[in-house]
Amino acid sequence: MNTLTLWLHKLGSPPTFYRFAGAVRPWLLAAALLAGAIGLYGGLVLAPADYQQGDAYRIIFIHVPSAWMGLFIYACMAAAGFVALVWRIKLAEIVAMECAPIGAAFTFITLVTGSLWGKPMWGTWWTWDARLTSELVLLFLYLGVIGLYYAIEDRRKAARAAAFLALIGIINLPIVHFSVQWWNTLHQGSTVRILGPSHIAPSMLWPLLAMALATKLYFGASLLGRARVALLAQEGGKDWVRALAQPEGSRP
Amino acid sequence: MRPGSTAAACTAVLRRDLLLAWRRRGDAAFPVLYALIVATLFPFALGPEDALLARIAAGVVLLTVLLAMLLAFDALFRPDLEDGSLELLLLAPQPLALLLGMKILAHWLTTALPLIVIAPLLAMMLHLPAPAQPVLLAALLLGTPLLSLLGAVLVALTAGTHRSGMLLALMLLPLTVPVVIFAAGAVSAAEAGLPHLAPLLWLGAALVLALVLAPLACAAALRIALDA
Repeated sequence: MNTLTLWLHKLGSPPTFYRFAGAVRPWLLAAALLAGAIGLYGGLVLAPADYQQGDAYRIIFIHVPSAWMGLFIYACMAAAGFVALVWRIKLAEIVAMECAPIGAAFTFITLVTGSLWGKPMWGTWWTWDARLTSELVLLFLYLGVIGLYYAIEDRRKAARAAAFLALIGIINLPIVHFSVQWWNTLHQGSTVRILGPSHIAPSMLWPLLAMALATKLYFGASLLGRARVALLAQEGGKDWVRALAQPEGSRP
Repeated sequence: MRPGSTAAACTAVLRRDLLLAWRRRGDAAFPVLYALIVATLFPFALGPEDALLARIAAGVVLLTVLLAMLLAFDALFRPDLEDGSLELLLLAPQPLALLLGMKILAHWLTTALPLIVIAPLLAMMLHLPAPAQPVLLAALLLGTPLLSLLGAVLVALTAGTHRSGMLLALMLLPLTVPVVIFAAGAVSAAEAGLPHLAPLLWLGAALVLALVLAPLACAAALRIALDA
């Protein structure tokens, strides 16, 4: 077995992962903060105001990376869920389940910032546009996964059931997306356009990409932190957790 | 003892479920009454103008049927889970997916079919234009088995939980968005005198896909939920 495969196999064991995650997490968090600071400075200070929307467009530097993350994290969750179902790896179950709240939070941020942006630009907090609607459905899918996970007593069984739901969701997500588009175009043409990345000036593009990197790094850090806590909670009775807790507990 | 053939097992499951439903045939009336009452409440809430009711009739009937089916899903596996016969199905030598498919069929026959039978009545109470009536019926005939199949997979996932009603709604309703869109789209196209075949064909295609995949997914979900 070569070194990389061996390392991956070792990483699947909870104690190794716990140590690895603890070591990597601060670096990821620092990199996320740095990229976020650069992206926000570039977006809020350096980038010029939009000729039509003025300064209001600057919410895009939060809105668009969050929207990307909403979908990206769902894909991560489904991939980890698939691994968990096929190979029954405990760590994959935990990673899949800890993805869900982060993804739901990003989707929620997308909806809130989109709504805040919509009020001055479109004149309404909410419109039944295809993209808004499918984003809302995505949030419901996340909430369904979280709800199922916490409804079942046995943690491992709950994780497998919720991972299965996430897989059903990922088959259904494109169907929902396209049917919602079809539904919207049947009734009326879309009068609102969300700024496409290809029509964007380079001075606005690089802060956007920096923010996208920052959200990805933050997701990594948050996921590792959450997975560590979930591992401790689930492996509470194991020797390695006891060994971790003992020195602290025996101190006066 | 040699196990019986798959066909015999499927017939036995179907016959048993239909017989049980027939013995408690009063229960089949509940979804129908529920749909009737919900549809009656809409004119009270929105006012009795015929034009407004005709405009929303198809959507109200579709959603009423969807909600009535949602409430009836709890009975799909719960009685069998309580008396232990579901575990026997899991242990049976015949393919579980087929046996569950028979259970879903029996459930559809006993809950969705009565709803489809009274759907024209509900539509008439709400003044749905006559040309749209057959399209609504066709949309329901294609859409309700799809909902049954989708719902069965999710019910199987929640089989081990205590309070599954609201959870099932949270899980199922986002997944039913395409069904509602295509069914309502077909009816509103028919009302406007436009061609309405395409959305019905989409529903049919989705139904064919679900017929193949949903029983398999349902079997997998049940094995997860019961740890078998």
